[in-house]
Amino acid sequence: MPILPRKEVEEIALLARLHLEPDEIEKMRVELGAILDHFTALAAVDTDVAPMTHAVPLELRLRPDVPEPSLPAEEAVRAAPAKEGQFFVVPAILPGDS
Amino acid sequence: MTAPDTHDTEPTAAASEWEPVIGLEVHVQLATKSKAFSASAVEFGAPPNSLTDPTVLGLPGTLPVFNRAALELALKLGVATESKIRARSRFARKHYFYPDLPKGYQISQYDEPLCEDGHLDLILGGELRRVKLQRIHLEEDAGKNMHVGAVSHVDLNRAGVPLCEVVTAPELRSAEEAAEFMRALHRLVRWLDISEADMEKGQMRCDANVSVRRVGEDRLGTRTELKNINSFRFVQNAVEHEIARQIRILDGGGRIEQETRLWDAVAGTSATMRTKEEANDYRYFPDPDLPPMVVDGNMMGSILRSLPELPAARFTRYVREHGLSPDDARTIISDRPLAEYFEAVVKAHPGDRSGRMIANWMLTELLGALNADGKDIGESPVAPATLSELIRMVEDGTISGKIGKEVFEETFKTGEAPKAIVERRGVQQISDEAALWEIVDKVVGANPKQAEAYAAGKDGLFGFFVGQVMKATQGRANPVITSDLLHKRLGR
Amino acid sequence: MTEWLTATETARRIAAGELTAVKAVDAYLARIAKHDGELGAYLAVDAEGARAQAASIDAARAASAPLGPLAGVPIALKDVLVTRGLATTAASQILGGWIPPYDGTAVQKLRNAGAVILGKLNCDEFAMGSSTENSAYKKTKNPWDGSRVPGGSSGGSSSAVAAALCSASLGTDTGGSIRQPAAFCGCVGIKPTYGRVSRWGVVAFASSLDQVGPLARSVADAALLLEVICGFDPHDSTSLDEPVPDFRKALTGDIAGLRVGIPAEYFAGAIDDEVRSAVQRAAAILQEKGAELVDISLPHTELALPAYYVVAPAEASSNLARYDGIRFGKAAEGARDLLDLYQRSRGQGFGPEVKRRIMVGTYALRSGYYDAYYKKAQQIRALIKRDFDKAWQHVDVVLTPTTPTAAFRFGSKSSPVDMYLADVFTLSCNLAGLPGISVPCGFTTDGLPIGAQLLGKPLDEATLLRTAHVIESAVGLADRRPKGLA
Repeated sequence: MPILPRKEVEEIALLARLHLEPDEIEKMRVELGAILDHFTALAAVDTDVAPMTHAVPLELRLRPDVPEPSLPAEEAVRAAPAKEGQFFVVPAILPGDS
Repeated sequence: MTAPDTHDTEPTAAASEWEPVIGLEVHVQLATKSKAFSASAVEFGAPPNSLTDPTVLGLPGTLPVFNRAALELALKLGVATESKIRARSRFARKHYFYPDLPKGYQISQYDEPLCEDGHLDLILGGELRRVKLQRIHLEEDAGKNMHVGAVSHVDLNRAGVPLCEVVTAPELRSAEEAAEFMRALHRLVRWLDISEADMEKGQMRCDANVSVRRVGEDRLGTRTELKNINSFRFVQNAVEHEIARQIRILDGGGRIEQETRLWDAVAGTSATMRTKEEANDYRYFPDPDLPPMVVDGNMMGSILRSLPELPAARFTRYVREHGLSPDDARTIISDRPLAEYFEAVVKAHPGDRSGRMIANWMLTELLGALNADGKDIGESPVAPATLSELIRMVEDGTISGKIGKEVFEETFKTGEAPKAIVERRGVQQISDEAALWEIVDKVVGANPKQAEAYAAGKDGLFGFFVGQVMKATQGRANPVITSDLLHKRLGR
Repeated sequence: MTEWLTATETARRIAAGELTAVKAVDAYLARIAKHDGELGAYLAVDAEGARAQAASIDAARAASAPLGPLAGVPIALKDVLVTRGLATTAASQILGGWIPPYDGTAVQKLRNAGAVILGKLNCDEFAMGSSTENSAYKKTKNPWDGSRVPGGSSGGSSSAVAAALCSASLGTDTGGSIRQPAAFCGCVGIKPTYGRVSRWGVVAFASSLDQVGPLARSVADAALLLEVICGFDPHDSTSLDEPVPDFRKALTGDIAGLRVGIPAEYFAGAIDDEVRSAVQRAAAILQEKGAELVDISLPHTELALPAYYVVAPAEASSNLARYDGIRFGKAAEGARDLLDLYQRSRGQGFGPEVKRRIMVGTYALRSGYYDAYYKKAQQIRALIKRDFDKAWQHVDVVLTPTTPTAAFRFGSKSSPVDMYLADVFTLSCNLAGLPGISVPCGFTTDGLPIGAQLLGKPLDEATLLRTAHVIESAVGLADRRPKGLA
């Protein structure tokens, strides 16, 4: 059973914004490896059937362009762990981003 | 942050053997009343976080439902750019983490965009230049982050607003072309009421991809992406600056780094955006919450029927059929209400040879008066038929051009019909040669000293005589005939 | 006792004035107080709200106002169903304390039908699991054997229904999460055709697989609840615009000429002997009642597991990207910077199974991997559906065991993959978007329930219910009660 390289686990964790403790990383290397091993069965299937989208075929339904009342701002930010007035607050985004 | 690139002397592309290759990605905010995937209203400048709902906030359990008007506006743009419209297109999720992106992904389009392979016509050097578009697709906008000291404030009012992303082929050849492209797109989307496209309000934003290569080379050079460009002028400046920067590096034997650079309009320079950890892996996949979007014949038919004559076609018609100068034609089509006003004057006007004159009157007198009053063409107190009436009187000699301007001012202020004003003030032009000869004769006779001086060679005095004739006729003397007769009477 | 009445009977008695809604609610609240400390089915009980709802039903009845089909029936909801004003956690720390400002559509429909909402039920975190052991809050026991799991992810639902801590409940099913716990706890659970029930207000796990459905003590109850919650919803772009049949009318008891498919692939492999016999007995029952048993093959069955474990985690990794502690839920304390806020809020707020699936899903969607994994899995779905499409030419329903074994013991699945293997029989149904039901068909000698699964054509829940009803009537297990909870 293949174990994933540590670097790969760290890269995926970063993409997913998941902080993993060192022991979690080690565990993940094994567990992910085992799970991903099962995916090899997929590769064996050679098919050109169209990927399924929905059981009963659906087309996108369009909504009329009629505005509806928004949540009051206090309501919008009510559940936020960090807020200031009507804003959500996050730690400083590093300079250089826009 | 690497040091911003500042140089006072910038080599021009023309001076070296390099040619720039530019592609633009332009985001156009669609003029819908509600958002792309939920019914919160779209408004500019509303109090923070007052235009959200559970879907905009990305609350657990919420789902997107797409706005019909956004599709229609995008289709209009697709048709107007002669793009290939996909009968079945899909929304895709584009994943990245940022506080202004509530769901942690943006609903956009990837593999199956709505429109591909269209084109946009720029007006460059008085002619049309066609620029290929790679694609036009639909997506939702993100909110806004604002740095406030050690923290950032997040406002999601803009999150979920529908956008069209317009991507050009990498075939713009200069900073000027890039700026012209923006102007042409701006003109088109406003023309078709697709977007207000006010760059100051962020309703049209662009990123530029810039690279250079040796003239004659087929391959593209390494490109950089320029961001934070929010006016036409900045497009030109930023792209120019980047071209020069790249040439300088390559001339010096260096390599171009593929990177994203932020334009600083105040400093007039760009700097590398601090690239964080990862290259962006957006992990696109078709959005399972949104079935395929089908564009059927009915919808296409109705869009096609609703399309007016487009600005580029109108430009060509104005130049070819109405004899307008390319500059004048371009100015008139820059604003659809202005163009419609022009059409209305032309329609009210007899014959079809007066285009230039009409354009001139509109662009100088009418726009001048409107601007002074802070009005736009839609609020013009002078109706197209009225302007036509006035112009006709100048054309057929009833009044002189100079008098015409005075009459125009009066009709603009009071609304009185030009004919009535002319009648009331008795300012009809005097074109009767005999009558004018009498006056000319009298004027020259009354000023013998100046006549002698003129005859001796003082050319400047001619104006004096013209002025005297005008004075004697309350400005009504036909200037051309007056000039003719004066020359005769004065001997030269 | 009132608590053991079916929902159908409870509704009838309340409508007839033989029972007050307040009395019904109080009976359940008392029973919860007595037994749930041990069972651990509930995450939150809304006694005050429930009593107020019940009182208003009684007042309506007294005023001869029209009552909905579920008037006064006390129902509990899996905690991935968003409820206005009632904490909704998805059994996760990251949503700790979140009070939603809106009701999901299925919940709203229950309310409109007069149902009384008792509270929120435990489940696997974000519905990811097959035993409810992944809940971040508590353990739920199987009422039939406290050392065993109630199944998952709707384990709180199945446990509460089986122990009569509610009249009926709603769960969700992404890979079997209604049917498997129903089988483990001896109740009826049905997952409708994808798109039948709105997903508006369902905390999303895998968007193309999730469906809401009832868990109940009788097929008739399941039919009643299903009828109430089905229907087109303009809030959900994947909602089907199809008329909702009167599912209760489908319970005719008549299955003469019904063709029942027995798929070879579902009876091969490691199945508990007792499970196999019980399901075979169910098949025999159907045959006795006039159905025809038809051997069929669903050749791509074994690809269901890898396909599911690509699609579900991929969609989950995407759906869970919104949990960042910024607009709602819990944030990590003292974050150094934005990246730290994201990483630690999510790292701390999500449990191990959820993190695992996010990692798998993120991996599968990375550029360069999309074609080989997600797209391929979506193609396999089409193949699996095609297997069923071919089968429908010869059969009307498909009969299988719901699970390979009866309820297993806590902690007995030593690895994530072992746990995933428990889902083999239920996955295809979600992948193909078909309706599926689990109905109790026997007990093991240890006294553990066994479920038979029926899979049906798209939109043909009626045939499933009709067939399940026949099995239920014949096996006569309705009056069997878990020891100590009678």
